[in-house]
Amino acid sequence: MASKELNSTDYIEHHLTNLTYGKCPDGTWSFAEVHGKSQVAGTEASCNISEMGFWAFQVDTLFMSVLLGMGMIFFMRRVAKNASSSNPSRVQNAVEYLVTLVRDQVQDNFTADKNPLMGPLALTIFVWVFLMNLMDLIPIDLVPWIVNGFAAPNAEGGAIHYFKVLPVADINAPMGMALGVLILIHYYSIKNKGLGGFLAELTFQPYGKWMAPINVIFEIPGFYAKQLALGLRLYGNLFAGEMIFILIALFFGGFFSSVTGVLAGVAGLALNFIWAVFHILVVILQAFLFMVLTLVYLQQAHEHH
Amino acid sequence: MNFNATLFGQLLAFVFFVWFTMQYVWPYILEALEEREKEISDGLEAASRGKRELDEAHLQKAEILEEAKKEAADLVNQANARANQLVEDAKSTAHEEAERIKVSAQSDLDQAAKRTKEELRSEVAALAVAGAEKILGSEIDKDKNSQIIDQIAQEL
Repeated sequence: MASKELNSTDYIEHHLTNLTYGKCPDGTWSFAEVHGKSQVAGTEASCNISEMGFWAFQVDTLFMSVLLGMGMIFFMRRVAKNASSSNPSRVQNAVEYLVTLVRDQVQDNFTADKNPLMGPLALTIFVWVFLMNLMDLIPIDLVPWIVNGFAAPNAEGGAIHYFKVLPVADINAPMGMALGVLILIHYYSIKNKGLGGFLAELTFQPYGKWMAPINVIFEIPGFYAKQLALGLRLYGNLFAGEMIFILIALFFGGFFSSVTGVLAGVAGLALNFIWAVFHILVVILQAFLFMVLTLVYLQQAHEHH
Repeated sequence: MNFNATLFGQLLAFVFFVWFTMQYVWPYILEALEEREKEISDGLEAASRGKRELDEAHLQKAEILEEAKKEAADLVNQANARANQLVEDAKSTAHEEAERIKVSAQSDLDQAAKRTKEELRSEVAALAVAGAEKILGSEIDKDKNSQIIDQIAQEL
């Protein structure tokens, strides 16, 4: 790497730091300060990330997820607009395959009365999460290098010094989606069972109404844990995958400096390839799981006990 | 890795994308999909119906053919019978005609014979009278002897 040697800890930490824009304790909005300098060249940073507290936005997470989501809906919209039943294009065939897959999942897992939200919801989740997960397969230093003006992160100058390309490795992204699902679960639970019915489900089971306090101790954590786990599962899987990629990337550190460095680099390439292949599975599986679990939980919100 | 307002930004984006998909993507693709599914099932149904109809038509064709054959055979039989009948009729008519002609010829013949006989008789009578006149040398009073002559002529 160019000017200063990065040690492993710095390298890992660098890859785990989001590009953050937030409100500092002194009331000003700015990018965060990391190791004494602003994350974006040419801006004044008045505090670091932990000082910002709640009012901060992970710009890279939002940018990547919205970018991918926009790409998704423009692509889908184009296909939907030109959709013809008699003469489908190849792209339409591909999208239809996806829609059929999602529709079958909806029909299998969501057996309650027809709810027109379920199909679009499941499709959006599956495709969007899949695209976000897919960012994990982009070489780990490529996008940070590009946004930093084609310079290594620790080089002098540069543009944007911090950029995480994988939105789901930031807990806010999966939890934001899980929050949406949580709101839907509450909405449909109360809508279908009434507020009383919903609360009764949480308090009168499994031991009947005279054991309500104990029931609550059993039911409430279970009810919320599964919704929390929906987001955490996605975050955990992708964060761990990202972490492995970062660790593998450390193998390339001495590629141009020594014979052992070259050997380590070659080993790293092999490892990177193997992990990437394995990760394709995780990418699809986690997107699929998020979708199916959403449907299952919403089905439970529609069920009467 | 800390919770902050990004959470709500993500939530908003999520809601927007779901809304957009629900409004502008899902129904159109599903419509095309279901329309095609319907077209295919309709097509299959039409094909099986067509096949059934074809089978029925084949059966009907065989039936009609059978009937036509039978009818043709009947017609031929009828024609044959009629022809036979005609021949029979013609034969019997000819027979009758021949008989009739024979009978009338016979009666003509009889009449002619009778007439000739009659003529001969009268001539014979005349001859007999003439002969008798010659023999007797005198005229016979025809009026007186006519009774005798008639008698002779009768006996001839």
